[in-house]
Amino acid sequence: MATTEAAPAAKVGAIPSFEVTVRIRRYDPERDSAPHWEDYKVQVHGTDRILDALHKVKWEQDGSLTFRRSCAHGVCGSDAMRINGVNRLACKSLLKDLDPSKPITVEPIKGLPVEKDLVVDMEPFFQSYREVMPFLITSGHEPTKERLQSAHDRERFDDTTKCILCAACTSSCPVFWTDGQYFGPAAIVNAHRFIFDSRDEGADLRLEVLNDREGVWRCRTTFNCSEACPRGIQITKAIAEVKQALLTRKV
Amino acid sequence: MAEVQVHSYDVVIVGAGGAGMRAAIEAGQRARTAVLTKLYPTRSHTGAAQGGMCAALANVEEDNWEWHTFDTVKGGDYLVDQDAAEVMCKEAIDAVLDLEKMGLPFNRTPEGRIDQRRFGGHTRNHGEAAVRRSCYAADRTGHMILQTLYQQCVKHEVEFFNEFYVLDLLLTDVDGVRTTAGVVAYELATGNIHVFRAKSVVLATGGAGKVYKTTSNAHTLTGDGMGIAYRRGLPLEDMEFFQFHPTGLAGLGILLSEAARGEGGILRNGEGERFMERYAPTIKDLAPRDIVARSMANEVREGRGAGPNKDYVLLDLTHLEPAHIDAKLPDITEFARTYLGVEPYTEPVPVYPTAHYAMGGVPTDVTSQVLADNTTAVPGLYAAGEVACVSVHGSNRLGTNSLLDINVFGKRAGIAAAKHALATETFADLPENPEADVIAMIEGLRASTGTERVAVLRRELQETMDANAQVFRTETTLKQALADIDGLRERYARVGVQDKGQRFNTDLLEAVELGFLLELATVICAGALHRTESRGGHFREDYPNRDDANHMRHTMAYRAVDENGHEGVRLDTKPVVTTRYQPMERKY
Repeated sequence: MATTEAAPAAKVGAIPSFEVTVRIRRYDPERDSAPHWEDYKVQVHGTDRILDALHKVKWEQDGSLTFRRSCAHGVCGSDAMRINGVNRLACKSLLKDLDPSKPITVEPIKGLPVEKDLVVDMEPFFQSYREVMPFLITSGHEPTKERLQSAHDRERFDDTTKCILCAACTSSCPVFWTDGQYFGPAAIVNAHRFIFDSRDEGADLRLEVLNDREGVWRCRTTFNCSEACPRGIQITKAIAEVKQALLTRKV
Repeated sequence: MAEVQVHSYDVVIVGAGGAGMRAAIEAGQRARTAVLTKLYPTRSHTGAAQGGMCAALANVEEDNWEWHTFDTVKGGDYLVDQDAAEVMCKEAIDAVLDLEKMGLPFNRTPEGRIDQRRFGGHTRNHGEAAVRRSCYAADRTGHMILQTLYQQCVKHEVEFFNEFYVLDLLLTDVDGVRTTAGVVAYELATGNIHVFRAKSVVLATGGAGKVYKTTSNAHTLTGDGMGIAYRRGLPLEDMEFFQFHPTGLAGLGILLSEAARGEGGILRNGEGERFMERYAPTIKDLAPRDIVARSMANEVREGRGAGPNKDYVLLDLTHLEPAHIDAKLPDITEFARTYLGVEPYTEPVPVYPTAHYAMGGVPTDVTSQVLADNTTAVPGLYAAGEVACVSVHGSNRLGTNSLLDINVFGKRAGIAAAKHALATETFADLPENPEADVIAMIEGLRASTGTERVAVLRRELQETMDANAQVFRTETTLKQALADIDGLRERYARVGVQDKGQRFNTDLLEAVELGFLLELATVICAGALHRTESRGGHFREDYPNRDDANHMRHTMAYRAVDENGHEGVRLDTKPVVTTRYQPMERKY
């Protein structure tokens, strides 16, 4: 009797599972002449993430499915991809928030060369990041203790310190899609993080870089970047602040 | 068939998390340095650390490094090497100031100084009360450290080889001494093999949390650095001590920082009781992690858990002001909302212990140099961070001391590795066919016609480790785990991969990682079975007391192969270094 009672008891907290179709953009240059879509049916729970569904496909159906992931809770920035047409982190997109009656489309982020399946070449993205001098620039002697900074001054650039360099913003930007030379939102966000840091003395250098024809002026304020950011950074606002700083040369 | 390329550097750093990049900033300015990393540097799991980094800055109340040292030694249940803990706690102050000068955006006091908050096990005057010692940036301290160190690497033009997976350590006999000659790496993008000759190698590959099912660790934390050292005959120290962080999101294992309790959060059982008052009357919810995790597991075991299955406890933040939560704990409260649909302003958050940190690892001395046995250092080989065991954490690491460890010993490793390289005229000769073993492993897996699946074996491994080698252990459970792992290793010989390609073959990569996990799980359980006492993170229900007479010593595990080719673990011991503090009963 104990065993027959135990079985339903264990199900009290169980989460109902259901089947979804995941439609994945596949491309392996070693085998395929062109990218194509493939459908996979997987049994999932509402609390599962898209990343769990991708793992199910890889671990149970097709080991060759290739994507990057690491922390699986939205802090490492490995698994930005285009899910149902919008840029998201696969580990932060819950299946319960998507319509399970239709196939869920998953494809690589746009504007960067596809290496294999959902893996893109991140090098152009990091190149733009490096060009804005994303490090503290100071002059004179280093203090023996910490530099002082008021809580108010610290707050000034708090939002842009949250960036995890996942490229969801840059690869959602229509300007970046048509002009790969554009620095893109993520590089501007990381420039903003230092331009508005009261300890930094390199604002003029960075503003000069971003005054370039491929700099902030290319931004058309479509807000795609702000909507795509998995960290909730108000990117369009940050870009506007950099534009303002360029006009007034005041930070 | 993959191509083989050969590179030469003074210093090769393996891993680009906090320890690796801190080492790179030092080594890169002194010697020709390459950083090899399985991931892009900013993906490393240092970025997931949350609560802070302790240092006795005394910015908000009286504190000093000696109190910090005492807390670290006591927190580690006296298995800490006290000379190493002194180094860490003294150098902590400069380590924090270094980061601030690099630009790390710490939270500030009203006076503009670095703010500090309370954390588990960190106390004033040898245990009187909790002290504000943790320097922090909201609950994103690890993120800020990782970003700041990467920014400095960009500034100093450190040379990275991203998505290069190091699979072997090359050691050559030079005048009878095993000496560092380099590493062999597998390039994920192409499948090519790269031999890196180096005068110095720094291992900074992080932990091995994926031996467990419920873990705060990233998918990529598979103990690779520990594994390659062990396979080359180097010992692993104190691997039976694994930390279970008390507050993982129930069922998921995602980390919720101890800072939640540092800021006033309270643990409650299913009856609403603040149960930590019974287990640690003085510092209650801010007791060290081993004690809190065990207390939580005990509440559940004795039927006082919360939820429909009474299988977790609750982290209660509802008495805190929402504005305070937003300012100090924004990320972890978002995790609760996103992944459990719980609103921490108004509802307590379901939590349960999650495998978090390996106290053990590759043994090093205080200069971060790797030891080949209890006393002999390996020329040119260094290790820092979670992969290493120096040992500053003993049998239980205090919260925040890992971010400290990577900064202090990462810096030391970088400086020492560069100094050694510059003082060494010629490269050690490479072994004959240095890439042969790696190619045999890779091609063996790719060509295998076996039908065992990586995901199946890994899940079974993780399930037996969660069931048998977690917070509570006995001889019976550990023997069960060892038997299960033996069976899995036998099946691993028949594992197959579906992806036979060269480019970005993550199917193959996961198979390689599983090999390391299986080997390390054996070492963890062998050490745990042999240690017939309870100390820190290792709790034996059949031996519930600490036994200083027989076990006040480090475990040294060596890979041993008998004449029949059967692989086993040879266990030895190493004395604990005691300087100021004699072992006492550990009460909080």
